[in-house]
Amino acid sequence: MRRGGRRGVAVRLALLAVPLAFFALFFAYPVAAITGRGLRADGAWQLSRALDVLTAPGIGDVLWFTLWQAAASTALTLALGLPGAYVFARLDFPGKRLLHAVVTVPFVLPTVVTGAAFLALLGRGGLLDERWGIRLDDGVWAILLAHAFFNYAVVVRTVGGLWAQLDPRQEEAARVLGAGRFAAWRRVTLPALAPSVAAAGLLVFLFTFTSFGVIQILGGPRYATLEVEIYRRTAQLLDLPTAAVLTLLQLALVAALLGAHALITRRAESALALTDPAGNAARPRGGAQWALLGGTLAVIALLLLLPLAVLVERSLSVDGGYGLAHYRALAGTESGTFVVAPWEAIGTSLRYAAVATAIALAVGGLAAAALTRRAARFTRGFDALLMLPLGTSAVTVGFGFLIALDEPPLDLRSSWILVPLAQALVGVPFVVRVLLPVLRAVDERLREAAAVLGASPLRAWREVDLPLVRRALLVAAGFAFAVSLGEFGATVFIARADAPTLPVAVARLLGRAGELNYGQAMALSTVLMLVCALTLLALESLRPAAWRGGRGGRGEWVV
Amino acid sequence: MSGLLTLSAVSVAYGERAALDAVDLAVAEHETVCVLGPSGSGKSTLLRAVAGLTPVDAGTVLLDGRDQAGVPTHRRGVGLMFQDHQLFPQRDVGGNIAFGLRVRGVARAEARRRVAELLDLVGLPGAERRAVSALSGGEQQRVALARALAPRPRLLMLDEPLGQLDRDLRERLVVELRQLFRALGTTVLAVTHDQGEAFALADRVVVMREGRVAQSGTPVEVWRRPADAFVARFLGFRNVAEATVRAAEPVADTPWGPVPVAPGTPRGRRRLLIRPSGVRLAAEGAARAVVRGRTFRGDHVLLLLEPERGPALEAACALVDAPAEGAKVGLAFDAADVVTLPGD
Repeated sequence: MRRGGRRGVAVRLALLAVPLAFFALFFAYPVAAITGRGLRADGAWQLSRALDVLTAPGIGDVLWFTLWQAAASTALTLALGLPGAYVFARLDFPGKRLLHAVVTVPFVLPTVVTGAAFLALLGRGGLLDERWGIRLDDGVWAILLAHAFFNYAVVVRTVGGLWAQLDPRQEEAARVLGAGRFAAWRRVTLPALAPSVAAAGLLVFLFTFTSFGVIQILGGPRYATLEVEIYRRTAQLLDLPTAAVLTLLQLALVAALLGAHALITRRAESALALTDPAGNAARPRGGAQWALLGGTLAVIALLLLLPLAVLVERSLSVDGGYGLAHYRALAGTESGTFVVAPWEAIGTSLRYAAVATAIALAVGGLAAAALTRRAARFTRGFDALLMLPLGTSAVTVGFGFLIALDEPPLDLRSSWILVPLAQALVGVPFVVRVLLPVLRAVDERLREAAAVLGASPLRAWREVDLPLVRRALLVAAGFAFAVSLGEFGATVFIARADAPTLPVAVARLLGRAGELNYGQAMALSTVLMLVCALTLLALESLRPAAWRGGRGGRGEWVV
Repeated sequence: MSGLLTLSAVSVAYGERAALDAVDLAVAEHETVCVLGPSGSGKSTLLRAVAGLTPVDAGTVLLDGRDQAGVPTHRRGVGLMFQDHQLFPQRDVGGNIAFGLRVRGVARAEARRRVAELLDLVGLPGAERRAVSALSGGEQQRVALARALAPRPRLLMLDEPLGQLDRDLRERLVVELRQLFRALGTTVLAVTHDQGEAFALADRVVVMREGRVAQSGTPVEVWRRPADAFVARFLGFRNVAEATVRAAEPVADTPWGPVPVAPGTPRGRRRLLIRPSGVRLAAEGAARAVVRGRTFRGDHVLLLLEPERGPALEAACALVDAPAEGAKVGLAFDAADVVTLPGD
């Protein structure tokens, strides 16, 4: 139905102006500036460099490793996560809601903490090393497991979220029509799930393709993804041309992935019989269902909980016994790693994350409001564009900030706001992804009812949309807060030496030798994990009520 | 007629399809007008165009004589009750009804008083704090009505006001609504696909077909003299056929044989409607038919007849006289229930 006409377009453009300006200024411009600096010399583009870089001996290996580890991580995550998706969607068991929240903790956990946790489990002097002399940190397994660790929730929540809403009566209808149990699942449920499985898989691929923190800590000198290589070229070798070419290469690949993701999710949204998930789960029955439940619980215990538990254990372990020495040491500067006490990083991190959350909510909220009404052709691409910062080299963005935003009128180089701005960049996609489905689920005729009763469009938005999305807004804020808190790739460049954030401090501690540094890194990671987990658990307690508000929407976040 | 609402040649197109095609319509103050038509005839679009929810492509909408072009919905001062009510789920009953008062800046105490008054009026006294999700269909309908009435709109529009309710409730509410609108002096424009509802509610009925007005008149006028075959069929009449009115005598030749018509009926090719009550069963008759079906209609039985000549016929007959299925009967026609359709 056509409505609004030219004025609607004008309003939408006005709403989009802020997000567009934000992305132009703090994403496109810095990235363009740094790639430009790398590829231009003597006032001319040096495109032949691109070819040189791409054919250079080491680069092919990096690209190959980046691709295959992402593919392997995705396969592993899907293999572990799909049974979990089924269990959470269709089975009912005590403690399910708490477990659902627990599963999500690793996803919002800073990658640096993930790396530290797996180091504590699988690395030198780690739990397995101590007990059985097994070390996996020199193989690729540690990386793959760490990737499965933090992407497990992506599969469980996107696929499981849809699975829970699929009307079981569809399968029952197929059974009545003569299909066996498996045939009914294969012909009815699987085709409905396939797009969301593909979407989740692509997302996991995207996250692992651009993995930085995990590989930085677990990969050692042998393994490097494009992202790590860009960091090495930029920060250690000052080889900007190579970094620029690699950045563009990664950007192109990520854009292709996002395009595929957008296509798949659009297909996934069409024509499914969805119901309230509450009524679709039942107590497990039969050996197969019990086995799936047991297997899922084992995976959660071993893959998700054990690394976190080991992290906590290591942080408390002092000279063969247990104590709070490492936590106490965080208050001092004796180790010489920092100008300020590591403890202060907590306050710095929380402050930055709060500001970043406010920016992300403002920018993402406006973008979501503008994109609420479907169909408009010019907003379609913008949807995918918003995801781009998630897949762009954070290192490039961070370094781009330093060289692009350093002269008037935008001289932010020495300003603290630089860090929250970079963090907001990764927060915005989450805000939009959480808000958009809920906003789109608000019935247009509710707004019309408000208009007929005398409410102006702005008033109608405030009175109708806002109360319905308030909870979604809180959830979005929580995610933005958690990812801002954990942002590492860009922050490591632009955080000032006297004001490191938690992940930066953890990475710096891990980079130093010595028992005390290691213990402090574990302690700081534990603190970071607790802050993230508490944020998430607070959100989780809001979630069921959010369901009622977003009628027909996909309440589960579909990142 | 200087109406409260005047539509002149209003057209609305969705893409290629014209939802409203040069519609003229006037509603006088304190009048209740019902727009009647099958789904897809443009009824709802008509309401949306008046409310300013759907832009008008051509023609003018006048309210109190003022052109509404460019006036946004929230400044038109009309009320609209949506088909599925569209109550605000996050507000309770009182909050829903007070909405229109609040956005107009009515004082809190005054709004509270008015809400209570309206809840009394719609028969839900004291329901202010109830959640809208806990209301039954009929109660939701009453709350939606109270919400639409609260800001005292100069024109109240109802989209299928009773569409989702069960039959018993519908028949009760339609009477209540009519009394309510009378008492309040409200000007009402309602749309419905249910002729019973329209005839019970309206001072004047407007029948729409494919975005155009097919007929307009009092319920009695429309019922007694449908303008054309479409209106007749829409009202549920099946006995419509081509006929030739003879020059010499008030008789028309129809597919069923000669049928008497009212004296003075112009001669020539016409379309005729024979109401079921005008088809009489007789022992002897010029035409004969077989009874193929019987539908019980409370005070009478509607017979489906298969005549020897011509298409199927419907006949109304008293319960005690109704022949069995398969019975052979003779047919006679009553000129008083034979109508020539002027529009065809």
